[in-house]
Amino acid sequence: MSTSLRNSRAVALAAAAAGLLLLGISLAFYWVPDAPIEGFRQRIFYIHVPIALTAYACFFWAAWKALRLLWTRDERYDLESYTAVHMGVIFGILTLVTGSIWARTSWGVWWTWSERQLVLFLVLFLFYSAYFMLRFSVEPGPRRARMSAVYALFGVVLIPVSFLAIRLAEGLIHPVVFDRDVGENLAGSQLLTFVICLAGTLALAGSLYLNELTGKRLDARLSELREALS
Amino acid sequence: MTSAERYVTAAYLVVLAVVLAYLVIYAFKLSRLEREVGELAELARRKRDAPPEPEPEPKREEVAG
Amino acid sequence: MRYLADVGTLAAKDLRLELRSRDTVPAMLLFVVATLVVFNFALPAGASAEAAYGLLWAALVFTAILGLTRAFAAEREQRVLDGLVLAPSDRSAIWLGKAIAVVAFLALAEVVALPAFALFFQPVSWELVAAVALATVGFAVVGTLLAAMAAASRARELLLPLLFLPLVIPIVVGGVGASIADDPGRYLGFLALYDLIFAILSWASFEYVVTE
Repeated sequence: MSTSLRNSRAVALAAAAAGLLLLGISLAFYWVPDAPIEGFRQRIFYIHVPIALTAYACFFWAAWKALRLLWTRDERYDLESYTAVHMGVIFGILTLVTGSIWARTSWGVWWTWSERQLVLFLVLFLFYSAYFMLRFSVEPGPRRARMSAVYALFGVVLIPVSFLAIRLAEGLIHPVVFDRDVGENLAGSQLLTFVICLAGTLALAGSLYLNELTGKRLDARLSELREALS
Repeated sequence: MTSAERYVTAAYLVVLAVVLAYLVIYAFKLSRLEREVGELAELARRKRDAPPEPEPEPKREEVAG
Repeated sequence: MRYLADVGTLAAKDLRLELRSRDTVPAMLLFVVATLVVFNFALPAGASAEAAYGLLWAALVFTAILGLTRAFAAEREQRVLDGLVLAPSDRSAIWLGKAIAVVAFLALAEVVALPAFALFFQPVSWELVAAVALATVGFAVVGTLLAAMAAASRARELLLPLLFLPLVIPIVVGGVGASIADDPGRYLGFLALYDLIFAILSWASFEYVVTE
């Protein structure tokens, strides 16, 4: 892949992110009608859920790259998997924060254990934060790459298992159940806005991912150069 | 601005803040990379311009042997 | 059946070592009982019966961590793990042998913990025992792999709890559910599913964790 091609892909993605997000957020504020029950505050949905889905996408991307690493033993994938996990954690934190704000405005509390999405993200946040602990306490090399890859795969398996566990825990551990009318059928305008915002956040994540990956690769090549010259 | 509007805006602003913070961190990283490239370029230049290694003296051994 | 013979040999080695040195299991026994006593003081007077069951599971998780921290300690100290990895047997046999030993150690601790719990707090039903058995398998299966990772790191004892706790949250849910819910069968089924999924995953990926 020539450099120019790579550059234009990154630029296109960044431009797409900018355009889609600008459009999506404008629609979410100006065009979409108020939700029947929740009112104006339901609009957080258009940023909170796309960010959550994007975080999942990042973790799945990381697991895919991890699988490629274990399959081909090509260390190039280690950096890609690591960057994807990093993106996932950033978007995960954003999910928790926006979700917390939404909980605050809906129910007056900054946190609730009965909101499945939030609890799942808390567990995943703990899990993937430990990923960084793992990486930082092992010597760089093929072994660390492989351990990180295995851990990333465990993470992606943990997502559905945890979700199931949280659902099972619901009636059991926390009797207070807050309800939210997101299950309602989305009207056409709402669906369109949501899809645009989702595409925008995915493009944003992809853009940041490429940026960070390039930065890390440059770091690695610079150290190589430094070693070669000294 | 109603309370609901405040919270909704806050949520979107948090996202913006994180992306902007990322930009700032990136600016630092790029300036560091630039500096490193400059250092390496200097290193390479010095190696290229350095006087060639003095030739070892092979003849002496042959004469003695 | 060479594979199973290797597994048996490795598990027997760990059990024999523990029998001779007797350092891990007594510590785990003492730890779990001490924790239960601490929990008595941690529970306020009007606490429900359910709260006690929750604390039992917390005690089991931390006892498991204690046992797992020691899991690869002997190998690490004598660099035996490198030798095992170089041996012609399938690397996953190391994992299976070690996991079996961990199950044995945990089971011994639970044989003491459950009666102690029944004495101090609440009665222990058969569903609870089944849940503890399934959970033990889960702890061992996941913990052995993570202990191997932690053994290769600089942080070791610090790292294992960080890696272990998020992954075993589902086990805690399953266990507490089986202890206090009206239909424990659902939770027991979930524990079995967890064990199956993560056993397969750990078995398949252990090789990648231990080879250089």
